[in-house]
Amino acid sequence: MAPDQTQEVALRADHKLEFPYVRATGPILGRFFTEIRDNGKFVGIKTSTGRVICPPVDVDPDSLEDLSVEDMVEVGTSGVVTTWSWLSEARPKNPLDKPFAWALIQLDGADTALLHAVDAGSEEAMSTGMRVKATFIDERKGNIHDIACFVPED
Amino acid sequence: MSETKPVKYVNTPICVDFDYTPGKATSNFLRSIKKGQLIGSVCPDTGKVYCPPRSYSVETASPMTEIVELADTGMVYTFCIVNIKFYDQAQEVPYVSAYILLDGADLPIMHLIQECEVEDIRPGMRVKAVWRDESEWTESMENIKYFKPTGEPDAPVGEIMENIRSKSHA
Repeated sequence: MAPDQTQEVALRADHKLEFPYVRATGPILGRFFTEIRDNGKFVGIKTSTGRVICPPVDVDPDSLEDLSVEDMVEVGTSGVVTTWSWLSEARPKNPLDKPFAWALIQLDGADTALLHAVDAGSEEAMSTGMRVKATFIDERKGNIHDIACFVPED
Repeated sequence: MSETKPVKYVNTPICVDFDYTPGKATSNFLRSIKKGQLIGSVCPDTGKVYCPPRSYSVETASPMTEIVELADTGMVYTFCIVNIKFYDQAQEVPYVSAYILLDGADLPIMHLIQECEVEDIRPGMRVKAVWRDESEWTESMENIKYFKPTGEPDAPVGEIMENIRSKSHA
């Protein structure tokens, strides 16, 4: 039998590449996720110069000293959109299954911003400086997906 | 919510969904293996036979249009005994993953070796493909379940590899 050299319709196959990482949070991010899960609250961390960083970090970017859980402070569940990008077609693993905005949100009391989804309904409803508030899922598990999304504040 | 254990870990899976298209040479290989044939492509400059075939020679970049049929027998070039089960691993450990140089090919393919003790596997060991039932053949390397020892005398692995190296393009 001669080897087949015909060229037919291109073959295709699904190929899923998955890395099931589990990340140790450490005490500071652990507390951040615990507060979200148990209390529906956000906590940031205060640096040596008095800035509040949220999500919190382990090392003070101002002094380069280690920070501790003692430095953590509560911030608001509402805040301001500092920048955003409209996604006209949601990807399969996105937090929303309709068009939405990825936004940097500076929560009230924080000096830095958190990346999350804003469900504003349309691109026209989005603007830098708009106020948004967090909405949470019912069965919270202690990770970033406990935040369903942010929505425009009335 | 009630007081529970503090969060210490978060799952951060990374998943990439590919829509894979194999291209001409690999498609040709996969269509052949559906019929129970192993094929290779021949480099016009060095004469080296690549299996799986490629459209262009890796060494000289010349188009490889000549296709040859290869045997489903060969020798172990090198191998690895896997003793630790990794995530989602279906294979029972220990198992052996080996580079197998098919008779007529100049580059080894990777496949499993079974039907022998892992301790007995060695470079030069002669092996033969064990195919699934023909009714199960698809465009997949999984048509071959694994390779098993043939019991023939070992191949002179050093001499064979030296011979392949001598074909390299100057």
